[in-house]
Amino acid sequence: MTETEAWSWDHAAAVLPALVDGLWITVLATVVGMVIAAVLGLFVAVVRRSGLRVVTVPVAVLVEFVRSTPLLVQLVFANLVFTQFPSLAIGCVVLGVHYATYMSEVYRAGIDAVPRGQWEAAVALDLPRRRTWTAVVLPQAIRNTLPGLGNYAISMFKETPFLFAIGVVEMYTAAQQYGGNNFRYIEAITMVGLLFLLVSYPTSLLVRRLENRLA
Amino acid sequence: MPETATTPAIQFQGVGKRFGDNVVLDGLDFSVAAGDRVTLIGPSGSGKTTILRLLMTLEEANDGLILVDGQPYTHEIRGGKRVAIPEKRRSLVRRRVGMVFQQFNLFPNMTVLENIIEAPIHVLGVPRAEAVATAEDLLDKVGLADKRDARTTQLSGGQQQRVAIARALAMEPEILLLDEVTSALDPELVADVLAVLRNIAETTDITMLIVTHEMQFAREVSNRVLMFDGGKIIEEAHPEEIFTSPKNERTQEFLRAVL
Repeated sequence: MTETEAWSWDHAAAVLPALVDGLWITVLATVVGMVIAAVLGLFVAVVRRSGLRVVTVPVAVLVEFVRSTPLLVQLVFANLVFTQFPSLAIGCVVLGVHYATYMSEVYRAGIDAVPRGQWEAAVALDLPRRRTWTAVVLPQAIRNTLPGLGNYAISMFKETPFLFAIGVVEMYTAAQQYGGNNFRYIEAITMVGLLFLLVSYPTSLLVRRLENRLA
Repeated sequence: MPETATTPAIQFQGVGKRFGDNVVLDGLDFSVAAGDRVTLIGPSGSGKTTILRLLMTLEEANDGLILVDGQPYTHEIRGGKRVAIPEKRRSLVRRRVGMVFQQFNLFPNMTVLENIIEAPIHVLGVPRAEAVATAEDLLDKVGLADKRDARTTQLSGGQQQRVAIARALAMEPEILLLDEVTSALDPELVADVLAVLRNIAETTDITMLIVTHEMQFAREVSNRVLMFDGGKIIEEAHPEEIFTSPKNERTQEFLRAVL
């Protein structure tokens, strides 16, 4: 390996196993984070529609707080406060909570898009409130939110390099480590970019197809 | 539970409804006997649909009382004050009232059959097999037995409306509210829906409140017609009488315009 080359295929190949290991962590963080975001976001959206000021006001304040502070700061802060938990777990939860605030807006739009007549038909059949939500409104609303969910999943996937700041060895951190050990960064970082592209692009094509099918 | 044989199925006592400054109903009094088929006619904005929506608790009256079988439904007088009746008690009355909407309002995330069995199972607690059997009978009655497993979005407007009628009937309502049920349909689809309703009128004793522009249908099916204008009843008569020799000038004008 001659260190004067601008690009070394040997380095590109050598970094790959570490990056693939990192990719699994990246995917894991995205999947777990997205599950948290999807569930918590739905909860936030339904609670905010309840009209009970004792719950809607605190939830609105929390949502605004999470959305107005940077993800990077939230990650480092949570990692400093909750030292008893592994950094990967903290990373997943912070990603999940952060994106839940965005997902709740997607759900809200999806719920608002369910026609009034659907609620009225549920009243006319005397369906209990709970059943109206679970059997009538949410199945229709969630169908509307699937493309939004997909887009935020891709966006979260691309933000996982922030986990570098709390020492989680995902793809980007793995590349930094390789660079530091071998004094060669360009191959490692380029390969990280390519791997991100390799996952994000097909996923976004899938999401677009889903959008067209639902439209 | 009727107190006596003559307790009306529905009573409005001084019912008022306002939307902002717009007074839609103003101290309305009327009653409907069990088994009556009453058609409400009148210009748009005269409060006909609001009456149905109040009976379905889709709107809340500002004044007065609504009684079903002599029992207070949405509000009652307690200690000289008009107070709202809690949702749980309203619900027990509401499940005896069915409604068919202008826009059908079928649940698009369910099949035809699922639309019909949803409320019997989850509101009345009917066992699934029994609910399915009833639903199949009803689908047969509205001429859509072969659409049992279809998605509602695959049906024509007329077919959707017939499913909506079957869905309302599956709850075995004592009172059925029909809110301009043919207004959103293409003209060639109206006849099938009206035939189904005529059949229900002939074979059941369900109390029916009908808001419609189909005067011929009103004449055939109903035994009483109420003419509304400005949130009040201005004329009331047997359909033969009101359609052939209306007394009120506004009624005459209205019927000239629609017939």
